[in-house]
Amino acid sequence: MTQNYQLLPSTMPAIFPGGAVKPNRRRMRPARLALHIFLGAMVVLWLFPLFWAVYSSLRPLSDTIQNGYVSWPSSLGFTNYATVWTQAEIPYYYLNTLVIVVPGVILTLLLASMVAFCCTQFSWKFNLIVLMLFTAGNLLPPQVIIVPLYWIYLHTPIAMLGSIDAGRFSFALFSDNNLLYDQYIGIILIHVVFQTGFATFVLSNYMKTITKEITESALVDGANVFRIWWSVILPLCRPALAAMATLLFTFMYNDFFWALILLKSGDKRPITSALNNLQGEFFVNNNLIAAGALLACIPPIVVYILLQRHFVAGLTLGSTKG
Amino acid sequence: MANTTTNLAPARAQKAPEAGALVATRRKRRYTLLTRHDKILIALMVGVPLTLDLLLIWGPTLASIGFSFTNWDGIGPITGDNFVGFKNYQFMFTGYTLFWPAFTHNLIWLAWLTFIATPLGMFFAVLLDRDMRGTRIYQSVFFLPVVLSLVVVGFIWELQFAPTEGFINNAFGLVKSGNLIDWLGNPRINLFAVLVAASWRHVGYVMILYLAGLKSVDPSLREAAKVDGATEVQTFFSVVLPVMAPINVIIVVVTAIEALRAFDIAFIINQGKNGLELLSILITNNSVSEASLVGFGSAIAVILLFISLGPIILFLSRTMRSAA
Repeated sequence: MTQNYQLLPSTMPAIFPGGAVKPNRRRMRPARLALHIFLGAMVVLWLFPLFWAVYSSLRPLSDTIQNGYVSWPSSLGFTNYATVWTQAEIPYYYLNTLVIVVPGVILTLLLASMVAFCCTQFSWKFNLIVLMLFTAGNLLPPQVIIVPLYWIYLHTPIAMLGSIDAGRFSFALFSDNNLLYDQYIGIILIHVVFQTGFATFVLSNYMKTITKEITESALVDGANVFRIWWSVILPLCRPALAAMATLLFTFMYNDFFWALILLKSGDKRPITSALNNLQGEFFVNNNLIAAGALLACIPPIVVYILLQRHFVAGLTLGSTKG
Repeated sequence: MANTTTNLAPARAQKAPEAGALVATRRKRRYTLLTRHDKILIALMVGVPLTLDLLLIWGPTLASIGFSFTNWDGIGPITGDNFVGFKNYQFMFTGYTLFWPAFTHNLIWLAWLTFIATPLGMFFAVLLDRDMRGTRIYQSVFFLPVVLSLVVVGFIWELQFAPTEGFINNAFGLVKSGNLIDWLGNPRINLFAVLVAASWRHVGYVMILYLAGLKSVDPSLREAAKVDGATEVQTFFSVVLPVMAPINVIIVVVTAIEALRAFDIAFIINQGKNGLELLSILITNNSVSEASLVGFGSAIAVILLFISLGPIILFLSRTMRSAA
């Protein structure tokens, strides 16, 4: 019975275009409404932790203590943000992140697009194996390699080539202790190498859709391989590169583990791992911690809101075309 | 006549390989187009990133395996005297009290993500994969936590779970009545509190991956099922789900890798102690901190490596098969 009934809506519009659509819609309504109610409830549930963090961050601690944690506020304001901003030196850690993430993303895209280009546009003996090595390397849990990596970082000599001083900030160009350990360059390096695996996989999936004839005809025209990569293939990959840049920015920005292990000085920490110290510094003042955590997640949220399309494209490029 | 035929035959025989050679050169044309200069460029463009990958990813992976058979402390040279055979493994399985709890916690993590968070993300994707008002807004909201770092996720949920200052205990009057539930401190429940926080992020991730998969399903398949009288649920389980096999594999892999990598939230909450031990945390605690048990920490890393190889191989065999 029900099956016959179900048959009607899909066939009726074909028979009576226009006329059948209306009863169809009306019949669907209760189900749709239930769906919206369910999803609405889920949205509230999903946003609540974030809302609560924002709410806490806007309340002075004195107000919370006076009225209780779950209560109407008698005053709201940005004092917690101001306090964290200055006391926890948030701008300084933002700058640390910037120094790590910008070169990290650019270098990753350059290296990954080179490998992806060579592995997809030319057939040679080991191109599949190379792709596999990169892809698999990125899937390993970082903790599997951390012990030897830590040793390598402690024993690789790096030249000290001075530093860039900006006001009271000083950023070592290569190293300020002759090592890879506890250096911006070390963190950039491991981000680049680790994420090149992921970016290579995604970009090669994208480049597979570019016909090899483009490369071939450019070769016939006398362009060399490097030139083809730079001025023919890369421009064609702009959407994929934009998607990857968005995603890599978020990955590197959100990293906690590499910075925790491979940096020692607190003043080189990027913002995400510097948050960890916030907990010790303001451990009784949850409202301040909330403000700090929210300040730290503003850049990725802004990037997400502005570049949502790229963000989602990057994630799904890696999965659907594989 | 006989002569001409015998003369012809070798000529033909000669011609045949020639034709074959012609085909071969056409197939190999890509190579012939490349000059030596180009070949060197390709070698460099692949070689530099590959060397870095081998030095900093695969080298350490193999070194972990090697170290796991030693009692090396990371200081000074490593000699034959450091070789201890399977002693680290023996101690890990029988003497080290934190190993099996950590192993179990990783398993619970995996089971939770697999049976609760991942299906929920898939369910959201199925609900949102329709022409419906507000679907974009719903998607954006569920996906929002994915862009946050796990550290921030940890902080945000601490505001919910903290014993006296947290929302949950206060909202349900547990603080006033003195029946505090120490969500993050009680080793019997804190893993699940952390998993709620981790799921908040994982669900959105799975939802987006699954939505992309659903969008790629040929709509005519669903139409056909509908015409045949299948309900929406029937259509999903017997038409859509089988077609989605490749994406299902990816989601299984992503979920497994996520569970094995778990580190940040547990570390933020209490440095992975007291109910939140995980394999990843044991590795770093044993070998990178003051303890400096490089050999022993590496043995735990090897266990984590071998567990990870399962999903990694599954992923490679699926994706590279279609590439080849």
